Amino acid sequence: MDMHIVPRDHRALTLVAAAVVAWGVVYASLGAFADAVMRASPFDRTTHFGDAVHFFVYEAPKVMLLLVLVVFTMGVVRSYFSPERTRAILARRGGVLSNVLAAGLGIVTPFCSCSAVPLFIGFLTAGVPLGVTFSFLVSAPMVNEIALALLFGLFGWKIALLYMGLGLSVAIAAGIVLGHLHMERHVEDWVTALPKTAAAATPDEVPFGARLAAGWQAVGEIVGKVWPWILAGIAVGAGIHGYVPEDFMAGLMGKDAWWSVPAAVLIGVPMYSNAAGIIPVVEALLAKGAALGTVLAFMMSVIALSLPEMIILRKVLKPRLIAAFIGVVASGILLVGYVFNAVL
Amino acid sequence: MKIQVLGSGCSKCEITERMVRETAQRLAIPVEIEKVKDMQRIAAMGVMRTPAVAIEGKVVHSGRVPTADEIGAWLGAAR
Repeated sequence: MDMHIVPRDHRALTLVAAAVVAWGVVYASLGAFADAVMRASPFDRTTHFGDAVHFFVYEAPKVMLLLVLVVFTMGVVRSYFSPERTRAILARRGGVLSNVLAAGLGIVTPFCSCSAVPLFIGFLTAGVPLGVTFSFLVSAPMVNEIALALLFGLFGWKIALLYMGLGLSVAIAAGIVLGHLHMERHVEDWVTALPKTAAAATPDEVPFGARLAAGWQAVGEIVGKVWPWILAGIAVGAGIHGYVPEDFMAGLMGKDAWWSVPAAVLIGVPMYSNAAGIIPVVEALLAKGAALGTVLAFMMSVIALSLPEMIILRKVLKPRLIAAFIGVVASGILLVGYVFNAVL
Repeated sequence: MKIQVLGSGCSKCEITERMVRETAQRLAIPVEIEKVKDMQRIAAMGVMRTPAVAIEGKVVHSGRVPTADEIGAWLGAAR
């Protein structure tokens, strides 16, 4: 990757370096901050309410800090990618490897679910196979920076990486299966009738400072949009932490309840929430005895499959293909849940 | 000058349209703005990321809300 460093960029780089150091200092003092708040407040950590308050004053700033860092980094990384470029990469190849590539590129390519339809069409008309396109469309919303930042903040890096690996696996497998079903004729006819386009992408030469600016812009846009969700999610999570008894969830969402995984997926699919709202709640459930596989399956189905997205995709997919899409992705998620509950 | 703002009615597309209108007004350039919401037409114009802007039928920008400076440059170049 070539970095076009121009003299003006040095100032931007210095600013970023200073910001990173400041970030580190603030992050390191989060525990002390929460303790200080608790000492200054009339609440006692041994009470239910005090426990909930402590959870909130510790977790909320931590998660927000991580979110800013991850969103900024992803904003910079994404400035190197564009759907046009990704399409050009994917149109050149074929086979299982392109499903892997598509799922991976789904993480780093700028994507908004409101552009899912033009993107879908753009991929198909440029000759990207249907199954490969689906690998991209599953991975792009599921493995997103908000989910990863929250998982990292609340569960640690192991679970965050695990989620990423499993999300990629589901996206790759679902794309391969959907590709083998040969459902091309279940794409709406007007899409198939569109003229083929060449998958060309012009290389962009952007100074590095502009890429850093893109990172800041992403922070403003994304963090500006999701912070109320996160605070609400952490507040609910704090309530569960303080008041719900230990092991309360063990019977409902525990390992021994075999039906809990399909139930979690069934409830999760029509639910529409972003990662920001759902993950803090899920963390609290886990702490109260819910099994990790069940919780991951719930989270994935909420984030990856949602009713509004299906309604948007209905414009380009016939009902049978939509059903196959939901069925295949949900099965993949189900498998993830069961495997996890069995292994851990 | 004919300007098209492409996007299926998300908030970013509304902002883009307003900015194009305001910039044209400020520069006293007469423009005719059309909002393209139809997915079929958006796709046919080769756009994969909305909001997008086309001037005289040619797509000049896609993927984010443009800055006022960028809009001014397009309008100036097309005049």
